[in-house]
Amino acid sequence: MQFSEQWLRSRVNPSLSTDQLSYLLTMAGLEVEEVNAAAPAFSGVVIGEVKECEKHENADRLRVTKVDVGTGELVQIVCGAPNVAVGVKVPCALPGAILPGDFRIKPTKMRGVESGGMLCSGKELGVPDEADGLMLLPADAPVGHNIRDYLGLDDSLFTLKITPNRADCLSVRGIAREVAALTGSALTAWDIAAVAPQTDSKLTVSIADNAPCGRYVGRVLKNVNAAAPTPEWMKRRLERSGLRSISAIVDITNYILLEQGQPMHAFDLDKIDGGITVRMAAAGEKLVCLNEKEIELTPELMVIADAAKPLAIAGIMGGLDSGVTTASRDIFLESAFFQPEAIAGKARALGFGSDSSYRYERGVDFALQTEAIERATALVLDICGGEPGPLTETVSALPARASVAVRTARVAKVLGVTLAADEIAAIFTRLGLSFEQNADGFVVSAPSFRFDIAIEEDLIEEIARVYGYDNIPANAPVAAQTMLPQPEGLRVRSEVRRLLAGRDFQEIVSYAFVEEKWERDFAGNTNPVRLINPIASQMSVMRSSLIGGLVDTLAANLNRKHSRVRVFEIARVFHKQADGSVQQPEVVAGLAHGSRVDEQWGSKAERVDFYDIKADVEALLYPRVAEYRKAAHPAFHPGRCAEVLLDGAVVGVLGELHPQWVQAYGLTNAPVLFELAACAAEQVGRVKLAPVSKFQPVRRDLALVVAEEVSAATLQQAMLAVAPESVRELALFDLYRGKGVDEGKKSLAFRIVLQAADRTLVDDEVEQVVAAMLAAAEAAGAVLRA
Amino acid sequence: MSNVDVILKEGLAALDAAADLVELEQVKARYLGKSGALTELLKQLGKLSPEERKSAGATINAAKQAFETRHNEVRDGFNAAKLAAQLAAESLDVTLPGRGISPAGLHPVTLTLERITGLFATMGFEVADGPEIESDFHNFQALNIPENHPARAMQDTFYVEGGDVLRTHTSPIQVRYMLDNQPPIKIVAPGRVYRVDSDATHSPMFHQMEGLWIDQNVSFADLKATITEFLRRFFERDDMQVRFRPSFFPFTETSAEIDVLDEQGRWLEVGGSGMVHPNVLRNVGIDPEKYTGFAFGIGLDRFAMLRYGVNDLRLFFENDLTFLKQFN
Repeated sequence: MQFSEQWLRSRVNPSLSTDQLSYLLTMAGLEVEEVNAAAPAFSGVVIGEVKECEKHENADRLRVTKVDVGTGELVQIVCGAPNVAVGVKVPCALPGAILPGDFRIKPTKMRGVESGGMLCSGKELGVPDEADGLMLLPADAPVGHNIRDYLGLDDSLFTLKITPNRADCLSVRGIAREVAALTGSALTAWDIAAVAPQTDSKLTVSIADNAPCGRYVGRVLKNVNAAAPTPEWMKRRLERSGLRSISAIVDITNYILLEQGQPMHAFDLDKIDGGITVRMAAAGEKLVCLNEKEIELTPELMVIADAAKPLAIAGIMGGLDSGVTTASRDIFLESAFFQPEAIAGKARALGFGSDSSYRYERGVDFALQTEAIERATALVLDICGGEPGPLTETVSALPARASVAVRTARVAKVLGVTLAADEIAAIFTRLGLSFEQNADGFVVSAPSFRFDIAIEEDLIEEIARVYGYDNIPANAPVAAQTMLPQPEGLRVRSEVRRLLAGRDFQEIVSYAFVEEKWERDFAGNTNPVRLINPIASQMSVMRSSLIGGLVDTLAANLNRKHSRVRVFEIARVFHKQADGSVQQPEVVAGLAHGSRVDEQWGSKAERVDFYDIKADVEALLYPRVAEYRKAAHPAFHPGRCAEVLLDGAVVGVLGELHPQWVQAYGLTNAPVLFELAACAAEQVGRVKLAPVSKFQPVRRDLALVVAEEVSAATLQQAMLAVAPESVRELALFDLYRGKGVDEGKKSLAFRIVLQAADRTLVDDEVEQVVAAMLAAAEAAGAVLRA
Repeated sequence: MSNVDVILKEGLAALDAAADLVELEQVKARYLGKSGALTELLKQLGKLSPEERKSAGATINAAKQAFETRHNEVRDGFNAAKLAAQLAAESLDVTLPGRGISPAGLHPVTLTLERITGLFATMGFEVADGPEIESDFHNFQALNIPENHPARAMQDTFYVEGGDVLRTHTSPIQVRYMLDNQPPIKIVAPGRVYRVDSDATHSPMFHQMEGLWIDQNVSFADLKATITEFLRRFFERDDMQVRFRPSFFPFTETSAEIDVLDEQGRWLEVGGSGMVHPNVLRNVGIDPEKYTGFAFGIGLDRFAMLRYGVNDLRLFFENDLTFLKQFN
């Protein structure tokens, strides 16, 4: 909502500066987004009339003028504007004038001819003007008068962000009413009188039973001069409210909308066939709207129709064909109240709205229609002439205004400040809310212009607003003290993040919507959750894996010349289920690329590989020990990928990026990645203490030669299967290939640590255990290394 | 000069002249060894009378002690020099960087989130969470935003196939929490939210944090105090000016925008708040007559921008390591 401060002050003029007025509105919930001067600062410019205009003897394009500036003496001014001519009235900057941009006017000589000032264009004054050259003023402009006063340039344009509940403030009338309530300043009411009919001409209006139109007021005006010019004062107010002048009648309807808050429409009477019916549209009906869009009407839309056809979409937009034009002679004015629910959402569904629909869907004062049409009629008669017909009013169901009770005690409970009953009563009075007082508080009925007062809390908010939020104390809360739970078996999210950051993974945040291709390539997901209205095609599906975002981050940072990239992200992913529902678990995923440590004097430059990322996964799950199983995954190298299992359930995957994606995504080397369910890293469990044995541990090493295909885990599991309780540890500590071990084979060295809780183990017992474990390994294909 | 004195003098001179530890021990053997010069003198004591033996013995023992003392001094000198040489040889350039990986860090929005949830934890607010693809019910209807309500136009919504939405705010988390828990309720709920918008100050995905406190006597005064305290602790400015300004949210009534006065004297909007609308409480089965409470929502990205002086929101989602590592 944009309006001119002068316009507002013509109705209510509190002794507040522009800034103070702006602060008052903002702190009352009518947020002032912007205050702009109507024109930049300038001085010394008056209205001048060009009395003589001769060609400059030394310059083809210049004219030498004599200008009357009201001083009794003509001033000689040299001017180069194409539209300068005898008789025009223009802004004239006299010596001493300062124009925008600190441009100072002095007497000067132009090509040898004295020039005592400057005739101005709108551009030079910073005032919007469409003329090519000088700003041409109306013939009745008073010569010598200060141009700022004449054009009302000492004005500010307020832009307000009106919240959806305050439709009553979408007009100068509404804002003036609010300012009067907040400041106690007097409000100058509009003097609106009923216009006496001069013709019997009228249209019958009927409202269909199912049409949510509460009131429809209409009037015929005959023999109007629709081509009459819009007066300057009206144009100026429209322009300063952000509307362009179109034609007198349309301007008047727009003016009433801005001034009173009542949307109006003017039809060309000749285009109306019979009477007016307000009804729901029939399926298949069509209408070309004022914006030249042809709309296929549906039965959810209410229309204004004549006997033959729809003329307008009620409350949203008129029809192109039936609207008033400068050629219209007889017109029909409409001033209606449509129920907000009937208009709400319709403009959004149509894809276009209007200043009217914006107000109707929020709520227009349902008592305003007659006043608005009388005021509009008076303006039409003033500007365009014509003979008014009688006013016709058709009323259907108007909104009920229930009484709302508010308890003084409840006000104190909700706001935390106790207000006396007479303070509350004074606030209601200022707001124009009629009320009755009782023992508990008040019973209030909202006026017809307020659509946001239905329950007790609405009134409490009004009380707080007028009392002033600033005046409500900010008391430190008093409440029962309780401690927050801290489950010890849960590694909290911030610890998971810091664990990864401590292992040199930088946290990133990437978009949850990704390219569909990423889902296919990195997750093998051909049926992702799709967005209906994505912001861009490369952000059209919800990701089921974080891998795409990590790879993309890698590629972007390689482009920025980072060769070593280690990043992680924790976020939700989205899995569509067979029944259409979506699972949204949180996952933690990381990527490492480049050297294992930053290029450094003290460490060999080695590229990070599968086993590095595996150590990161192990640390993330620690102290739980996962099982790693060779797996196939679309993102990863088929020979370098494992799934991660805890208690037999897959909780994630790790691996080296598949060479085909390395190439396709423009990477230099393959990064290694992991992706785990976040809960796996969090549910670490509580410590289970084991007794510490007092007896000496015994260590035995076994070097076993096996075929390459046999995994370390296979041997380990085989040996563990036969290990008695005294085997405290079985760990792989060396892997060897080369001299002494046949091609296609590898040597795995295991450390076996034995220790009993209750005795020292004797050699025989140790040898028996080791022999049994070796036998188990041999059964799994191993040979003791010679 | 007695024979003892001569031997001692020679011996001490020999100790002083030793070039290294080996030579020093050879000198010691020459005087104190089995047939060393001083040892020999002691052996001859038996030939003397008891009186002579006593005085000569004392003289020889004193000489022996003097020799040993000097020997120890010289030996310690050699050892000290040897250690000094060894230490000098082992000296490191302590300015070389440490070996191994160095830690990375967290995203600035996470740092902000953890800091804020940490501050609220000190007042007993627990962290709650919820899904990002939400039903229309949780994201809108339960929050008193019916279909076609003009407030829906305030938040441009992403829709997914099937009619659900990407949550436009973290408020549905409060709905879910209230459906599952009875008052007293004291939670903060951070998370990613989505709106159809993209420029220097808007991202289609961003972060919000919702706060909710419901109990028997929670008032607007408590809201003002809690949020003012939080803002002053977060920005570490005890004199920070905070103002509450009437506004409209369908899910609160009395509603307030939260503004802070920045160092340039401008009011900056940092969040929305208000007393939870009785319809919202009723929608989740809480008696609004018995319980009242407040809710607030803040933009975590905006707080991170204000705190760290970041002027373009998009930097948070570009994941440029040069940008991110500055927060470590």
